[in-house]
Amino acid sequence: MTNMVNLTINGKKIQTRDGTTIIEAARENGIKIPNLCYLKDVHEFGSCRICVVEVEGAKTLMPSCITKVSEGMVVNTNTERVRRARNVLYELLLSDHSKECLSCSRNQSCELQVLGRTLGVESTRFEGERSNCSTDISVSITRDISKCILCRRCITVCNEVQGVGVINAQNRGFDTVISPAMGMPLGDVNCSFCGQCTVVCPVGALKETDSIQDVWGALHDKSKRVVVQTAPAIRVAIGEEFGMEAGSRVTGKLAAALHAMGFDDVFDTNFAADLTIIEEGTELLTRVKDALTGGKATLPMITSCSPGWIKFIEHTYPDKLEHLSTCKSPHTMLGALIKSYYSEKIKVDPKDIYVVSVMPCTAKKCEIKREEMQNYGYPNVDAVLTTRELASMIKEMGIDFVNLKDEEFDSPLGMSTGAADIFGLTGGVMEAALRTVYELVTGRELPFDGLHVTPIVGLSRVKEAAITIEDPVEDYKFLDGVTIRVAVTSGLSGAKELMEQIAKGESPYHFIEVMGCPNGCIMGGGQPRSDDPDVRNKRLGGLYTEDEQKTLRKSHDNPYITKIYEQFLDKPCGHMSHTLLHTEYVKRGKFNELTDERFTIETLEQDEKRKSASEPAGREAASGRVREELESVRVLALEADNNRLKKELANVLETVDILKKVVSDYTDK
Amino acid sequence: MSEKTVRCLCEKQGDEKKFEQISNVIDLYKKKEGGLIQILHLAQEIYGYLPLELQEYIAQETGIPLSEVSGVVTFYSFFSTTPRGEHTIRVCLGTACYVRGGKKIIECLQDTLGIGLGQTTQDGKFTLEVARCIGACGLAPAIMIDDVVYKQVNPNKLDGILSKY
Repeated sequence: MTNMVNLTINGKKIQTRDGTTIIEAARENGIKIPNLCYLKDVHEFGSCRICVVEVEGAKTLMPSCITKVSEGMVVNTNTERVRRARNVLYELLLSDHSKECLSCSRNQSCELQVLGRTLGVESTRFEGERSNCSTDISVSITRDISKCILCRRCITVCNEVQGVGVINAQNRGFDTVISPAMGMPLGDVNCSFCGQCTVVCPVGALKETDSIQDVWGALHDKSKRVVVQTAPAIRVAIGEEFGMEAGSRVTGKLAAALHAMGFDDVFDTNFAADLTIIEEGTELLTRVKDALTGGKATLPMITSCSPGWIKFIEHTYPDKLEHLSTCKSPHTMLGALIKSYYSEKIKVDPKDIYVVSVMPCTAKKCEIKREEMQNYGYPNVDAVLTTRELASMIKEMGIDFVNLKDEEFDSPLGMSTGAADIFGLTGGVMEAALRTVYELVTGRELPFDGLHVTPIVGLSRVKEAAITIEDPVEDYKFLDGVTIRVAVTSGLSGAKELMEQIAKGESPYHFIEVMGCPNGCIMGGGQPRSDDPDVRNKRLGGLYTEDEQKTLRKSHDNPYITKIYEQFLDKPCGHMSHTLLHTEYVKRGKFNELTDERFTIETLEQDEKRKSASEPAGREAASGRVREELESVRVLALEADNNRLKKELANVLETVDILKKVVSDYTDK
Repeated sequence: MSEKTVRCLCEKQGDEKKFEQISNVIDLYKKKEGGLIQILHLAQEIYGYLPLELQEYIAQETGIPLSEVSGVVTFYSFFSTTPRGEHTIRVCLGTACYVRGGKKIIECLQDTLGIGLGQTTQDGKFTLEVARCIGACGLAPAIMIDDVVYKQVNPNKLDGILSKY
């Protein structure tokens, strides 16, 4: 048992576990200490200093997010000294922050803004030189340095959580900027575009690169047939943007909203998830067969649904790309089918079809720009919206999302099984694949309660399972008695762990599922930012329920999948599939040294930005007022300084007197 | 680990010896905590400066992300990412030298050499830098060229000093 510690916060005697930070001890007892950079268990760094408190006996104010409690500690969170320090710190943060709040995408969801309201700060006294304010726009992520408050949450997430480390603090002091090495743009370095940094950024400094305007353009263009598809993870998350409980299942409302927005066809990426299982399952069985019958096959095979993961492996392990399944990610598969199979069906030229994917992901914005994601000269998908972007479009349309009546996805590419729903969570692709592969090989259903492969359910970083094949059907006799070993990981640092095993030739697995974001797509870089500490489990539960409530829960049972093979694709991993549904990968290297491909759209330097935001007229008067105020502040500060010096002088004189006395006493003697 | 694909600049330029030295330095320090600073320090000594390609090489060999290597390089004013001159002039701007006209010396040097602070003359001879106290306050204002200290410098003495190099 851990030791308990007694302390007093704001006069209240409390007891808490040893090792707890002051901010958590306070929170447990209903005292909220204002804070900004702090992210529990992720970023406990003390960089913003907003959470300072007064600890009796300590010389300085202490940052409560990194100061541990101790026996008998007396803490005050709201003394005059604390309040004044907090407000000054906030004003100093604002003094180097772009204050274009009204036109910022984080307007009303900005943590800095909320903090200002909490602290009751109504004016900012400090104006002066501003640091670097360049903007870096890559195909996935936009960095607006003028809004960065140097809280360094993004550095922690990129370096420690994801283990990628493309951004860090560069330069020093006033010139400090959070950026890739030597100020290179994000699109030119080994960023995986997972977007986890955009989820934790408290302000508008890091966000997805806007696709909303492109989608409005397509919706308003009468000559375009605009087809939309949504990923599984959207249906348990988008409700949060409209004030609903985390993990609320809103599949019907989502379909209804998309219809109301004017999309011509509302399809479900889930359909392609079912298709992925058939293709990827077939690919796996072929590889395993080759390996067991003495042929050449690369194992373990690794899933390829997560474009952040794909870009990561292309940069980090460029000579291990043959481990990847050649399957495209589900939404690009569906895009390819919409512009071939479906376009033939409805007799619309693919050039007039505009495919929009709603994804929990920022990396998918980059994925669709790849040359490999084109067929017959057309990109498979034309635009990717994140969950957050779609929510803001729905709001702009004035749609009352919460009160929408449920609608269905459109036929034929909107029908899916429960196996597809769990694609959005860690372990889901593996479970869906096992449901189909096991049944294909043995003719029996996967022997797990509720079809859930228990060892790979949950949010641990690396999970593994082993299934022994007994009594297989005739075609798969070679698998009799073979134990299939699988591993599941989410987050790129877990992926690195499994890749190191492969690199050393020690990987015991046949099949590995990797999702680039920790906990899978439900916590993707394009998902709503949540302050619910239990959001992961709620979204996870939502998707499992979605799966369990369906009658058909195995991909190969989807009747439309059977139909599309009969009518169009012929057979899994056949010629048509290879043309439309499979892809190849690019060796990039850690420093992009193996390719010339870059993903930067543009970078705006400080001067250009300053020019575009030239000073509005009538500012003279305002700045005059500011100057007056500043002047008065300065006078106050000088007076305070003066008083302090006087006191010090008095002290010194006193000491001198005493010394003189001592000396005279001495000489007298 | 992936195949080593980034080659050190020295090697590109056929300077096998420098390459070997830097490689040895990395091997010596990469397992030690805080070894990056030592590696950068010695690599700059060997190569003269720390261009991006050299930082990439160090990042690859140590397994430290490039953004972190560059973060350290850009944090400390001692490290330089551009080629340095044959000789480094450091003008002291510590309190004593500042009071006794260190700033004037800088202005004068900038005019004479035609470069700004941190820059290198076109012929590659001099790099001009500021030092924060070189511990020669009694000789203020002082400047240092490489490791030689010149005392009580004034603008008139500068030409004479520079002509020695």
